[in-house]
Amino acid sequence: MTSSDKTATYKPLNRDQMAWRAAQDLQEGAYVNLGIGMPTRAASYVPDGREVIFHSENGILGLGPKPEPGTEDENLIDAGKNYTTLIKGGVFMHHADAFLMIRGKHLDVSLLGAFEVSEAGDLANWTTEDPSFPPGVGGAMDLAVGAKEIRVIMDHTDKGGKPRILKKCRLPLTAPGCVKRIYTNLAVIDVTEQGLFVREMVEGMTLEQLQALTEPKLQLANNWQSLTPPAMAA
Amino acid sequence: MIDKRVASAAEAVAGVKDGAVVLVAGFGTVGIADDLLEALHEQGATNLTIVHNNAGNGDTGLARLINSGRVAKVICSYPRSGDYSAFLNAYRAKTLELELVPQGIISERMHAHAAGLGGFFSPVTAHTKLAEGKETREIDGVLYVFEKPLKGDIALLRAKKADRWGNLVYDQSARNFNPIMAMAADLSVVQVNEMVELGSLDPEAVVTPSIFIDRVVVVGAKA
Repeated sequence: MTSSDKTATYKPLNRDQMAWRAAQDLQEGAYVNLGIGMPTRAASYVPDGREVIFHSENGILGLGPKPEPGTEDENLIDAGKNYTTLIKGGVFMHHADAFLMIRGKHLDVSLLGAFEVSEAGDLANWTTEDPSFPPGVGGAMDLAVGAKEIRVIMDHTDKGGKPRILKKCRLPLTAPGCVKRIYTNLAVIDVTEQGLFVREMVEGMTLEQLQALTEPKLQLANNWQSLTPPAMAA
Repeated sequence: MIDKRVASAAEAVAGVKDGAVVLVAGFGTVGIADDLLEALHEQGATNLTIVHNNAGNGDTGLARLINSGRVAKVICSYPRSGDYSAFLNAYRAKTLELELVPQGIISERMHAHAAGLGGFFSPVTAHTKLAEGKETREIDGVLYVFEKPLKGDIALLRAKKADRWGNLVYDQSARNFNPIMAMAADLSVVQVNEMVELGSLDPEAVVTPSIFIDRVVVVGAKA
């Protein structure tokens, strides 16, 4: 099948497969912050044998997996306020140091969720401007300016099938020009000064099909590959 | 002999004035001085400005102060956490003002005050709605936003152990904002689970040195 076959059929990744894909790019020795929600799932899919150290904005370096039922500690929670654990070598620090690590480009990667990303890498992930609720920003704006590399993991389109990768973000920005790589349920896309490059697409998808779900122009990278995660329960 | 111990939470929060800026440590429900917040409710000060990461949970502590109409303003990063109905009701009724500040900027503004600085330039919020009306400056090609220092009249803190001088150690992620708020208030008050003999805390492991602490009250382990 070629990438220009208009009759091709494809199957989007489920959330665990998306998290798996993002996790494959976390390198040995990397210090990484995972955003609340889907990014957090990536921690479960770091390839065996790789030592990756996870940071949590509430003062943890060396965040571990979820505790076994019955072993939860009320004073050990993650940024999503769920019970967590500390790996061997893990440490605690106060909030100002936790955010110094975030803002001061000490983290290698920040993997964030998003509502929208623009072709310039602008990120919108903090408010949908729902007037009936107060706004909340949490650590989103700190995370979006600080890490050496900002990556986003999100569904390619909204629930109505409209693109979330846009020429310009419609929602208020979290930070401009910060996103370098986007993992969606359909593709892996790099944001470059020459535009958006598709590195991977799900098996059976064509560039035309992906383009139809994406507002700005996509270019297919020369060495693009099929995105084929292992089977996982949704 | 220096002895910062007080006999009760009520004594710990004595003297808070109407209109005070109250730094409330904690993240989610972890590391919050629940007993001191209840004591502040009994104490009666009103028209308070609360600095906290979130905006209260359920109907106790900060949420109770809000429900009792004692809070005029909340400076926080993320009000929508847990059961924040007390805040939401007051916010919708417009009886309370919200100043939304990114989480790392709240802590750094307090850090700046603690360090005697007049503020700092930060890249966070540059080119966003949250920078509207704020002074900006381009430094080496990057746009920065000026952030003012943030000072508390009182800080309500929670730690694991203290000695009579007020040296403190914390419990895991319950550390969070506590050491920063301890440094940033005129009066820093801490509830601890355990009091230990002076000299028994490892000097290499003390997180908050006693110079920042004014009053210590033992409340026993959290149930």
